[in-house]
Amino acid sequence: MSDRENRQNPLLHVSDLVVSYGKIAAIKGISFDVYKGEIVAMLGANGAGKTTTLNALTSVISVKNGEIVFKGKNIKGMPTHKITIMGMIHVPEGRRIFPSLTVGENLRAAAYLYEKKDKALFENRRDYVMNLFPRLRERVTQLGGTLSGGEQQMLAIGRALITGGDIVLMDEPSMGMAPNLVMEIFETIKKIAENGQTIMLVEQNAMMAMEIAHYCYVLETGNVTYDGTPQMMKANKNIVEAYLGS
Amino acid sequence: MITKRKNHLLGDVIPVIIIAAILIVLKEFKLISTSRLLILQYIGLYSIFVLGINMVNGYLGIFSLAHAGFMASGAYAAAISSKYFFKESWMFPLILLFGGLIAMLIGLIMSIPSFKAKGDYLAIITLGFSLIVQSFLQNWRFVGASKGINNVAKFTNIYWVYGCLLFAIIIVRKFINSKYGRSLKAIREDQVASELVSVDVKRAKTIAFAVSAFLIGISGALLVHLLGYTSPSAYGYTNIVDGLVMVYLGGMGSITGSIVGATLWQILIQTLKNLGTWRWVVGGGLLCVIMIFLTNGIFGNKELSDAIHAIRKYFSRSKTNKTISEETTK
Ligand SMILES: Nc1ncnc2c1ncn2[C@@H]1O[C@H](COP(=O)(O)OP(=O)(O)OP(=O)(O)O)[C@@H](O)[C@H]1O
Ligand SMILES: [Mg+2]
Repeated sequence: MSDRENRQNPLLHVSDLVVSYGKIAAIKGISFDVYKGEIVAMLGANGAGKTTTLNALTSVISVKNGEIVFKGKNIKGMPTHKITIMGMIHVPEGRRIFPSLTVGENLRAAAYLYEKKDKALFENRRDYVMNLFPRLRERVTQLGGTLSGGEQQMLAIGRALITGGDIVLMDEPSMGMAPNLVMEIFETIKKIAENGQTIMLVEQNAMMAMEIAHYCYVLETGNVTYDGTPQMMKANKNIVEAYLGS
Repeated sequence: MITKRKNHLLGDVIPVIIIAAILIVLKEFKLISTSRLLILQYIGLYSIFVLGINMVNGYLGIFSLAHAGFMASGAYAAAISSKYFFKESWMFPLILLFGGLIAMLIGLIMSIPSFKAKGDYLAIITLGFSLIVQSFLQNWRFVGASKGINNVAKFTNIYWVYGCLLFAIIIVRKFINSKYGRSLKAIREDQVASELVSVDVKRAKTIAFAVSAFLIGISGALLVHLLGYTSPSAYGYTNIVDGLVMVYLGGMGSITGSIVGATLWQILIQTLKNLGTWRWVVGGGLLCVIMIFLTNGIFGNKELSDAIHAIRKYFSRSKTNKTISEETTK
């Protein structure tokens, strides 16, 4: 993590980001950096503005103020599909898989840009996803909407990985899942990072997120109130009380 | 199941060629009455109309009512061009193209509301568009106001109609197999999620609307040069409903379905003509029955080639079970 220590060339640099819904500001000028190869966790309670932040990064909602620099380029206001083509992919809150397409078709839909031109690349990435989530392999012909919640989350992550990209934004991948499945998903996220994709993870489950994260930001009602490594977080009494329970 | 079917395009084009051959024989050897020949031309040109509607309402999954407006634009543009500029019969392709292109231009504009609005609201917007076009024509002196345009050259014949249909089928196929076409299913399911997997939703919608309006415009151009006249009353609610009925009857998102829907509905309303107003009762009743028993229309989103494929598979299954099980594990 020497890049972070040197404060050099962040892959994603956000400064003074402001997002508002009507007159109410949901994000009130936050700044953060994500460096290549990291898993960065953004923690916060319900309504803190985690989803809003990710949606702003990929232009799903519009940004009022601030700077979003990705790979050295200001991407604020760029259309969503162009941002994903540039290499920022987003696994949205609530999974949002395509319910009446099969698992296989869901994956192909995400590869529509290159599937015909580069079959090998598609098969490569699909195999990669299938190896990460063997359950998907067994269910290629099953309709997305009939998968269990956990399997849908796997499909949503898999679909994003098929798109390719340098950084993966994940919005509460552990939401509504049984503890053992949460473990499994987090293990996979770690693997994805080890294989070279940078990850920005948004989570309420602070315990789990801190297990795998290299760096954390704490978001409270639209402000970043704390940032540091997981070790620093665990050493902070206020943080432990507020987010780690007991 | 990923099965390769290289002959997919041929599978849908060949039936048209066979039908065309039959038509030529029927017409040239005078084996068919003039009124039947007219019905055949209606079937062909309304198939193009329905293919156009299917682009937006079927493949793109938007409930649009703009088709009456597109057809009127194409018909009027073509009629004006043949009355004032392209007076010779060899210029008919230019006339058709002109009608199609003007409708397409308007289609491009109509795709803009679909970027933001959806569902009921978009339906109302497109309805408003069709009604605006109609009342605009009703008030425009230059095109005869409510009397419409008369004495248009009758350039349309059965060859033009089926030639255009073949062309329309090829265009639709090309679009569906293009990268935008392949992303339509995803857009239909979840627009934001498709953008997040790098689908250019706006471009896909724009192209779908443009192609749709182009085809519908050509069908309008064919119609006006078949009848020799046109008037605004042809592009009102009846036209809107007719279009929807044919699309739903045949099947949303299916080329075969579009043609089947147009064929059945045209035969029905043309043969029931002597029932007077009662034909709408009979036709409507039949429609209810079909939609209750075949909720996805006759073809659903399947094609003729899928049906042939399924039949072949059924027969080969009875021969060997082994090959099937191999195929399904692929
Ligand atoms: N479309 C919207 N219109 C108005 N307010 C909104 C909208 N979306 C979110 N908000 C508000 O913005 C704030 C931040 O919401 P956001 O969804 O980003 O929270 P979150 O941190 O993701 O919470 P959770 O953990 O529950 O998903 C909340 O107060 C929410 O009510
Ligand atoms: Mg959220």
